[in-house]
Amino acid sequence: MDVMERIRQIIEGQPIVLFMKGTPQFPMCGFSGHVVQVLKACGAEFAHVNVLEDQEIRANLPRYANWPTFPQLYVNGELIGGCDIVVELYQRGELQPLLDAAGKKAEAASS
Amino acid sequence: MMDFKSRIEEKLATALAPAHLEVINESHRHNVPPDAETHFKVIIVSTQFDELPLLARHRKVNELLASELAEGVHALAIHAYSVSEWEARNTGAPQSPPCLGGEKR
Repeated sequence: MDVMERIRQIIEGQPIVLFMKGTPQFPMCGFSGHVVQVLKACGAEFAHVNVLEDQEIRANLPRYANWPTFPQLYVNGELIGGCDIVVELYQRGELQPLLDAAGKKAEAASS
Repeated sequence: MMDFKSRIEEKLATALAPAHLEVINESHRHNVPPDAETHFKVIIVSTQFDELPLLARHRKVNELLASELAEGVHALAIHAYSVSEWEARNTGAPQSPPCLGGEKR
């Protein structure tokens, strides 16, 4: 499968997806680790892709998203941003409702 | 050839006429050689960010610095504020997180 198509399917196939360095359990970059902490603080369930283990995605996601760095958080198929934006939205109280809405939509779709 | 820090400062200052601009080389906090210029934090306050969502502000900065990102800047923390947001903040910009090792761990 074409890598752009593969990326699209990952992003659109799950309500909350984090492209990160390392895993939620063992993040390999402080920015990735910080986003994981924030998502956990919000009680969100999320899928992740470890870009250190998938060089094809690591090389092509920046082009797909027009976003040069990792981590990248997607909710309902849309790029929310990297670490700075996620943390800023969290501090403003805007992240929790966004994640809650995505979770509820997923529940409704699967029931 | 100017160093990355000067290049970043000059490009952002020219394009965004910032009311406040700090470009901090945070590479020493990461898993890279001494004197490296790989990890930067940008704190920028500009009237051009008024009414602009965070994602669009970051895209603007990333686009201005596309060649630096392509040539060796690996991490770019961006804290972009409108003037009124910056004045309402009295704590400055948040700290960047620690490294955790990167892929060389």
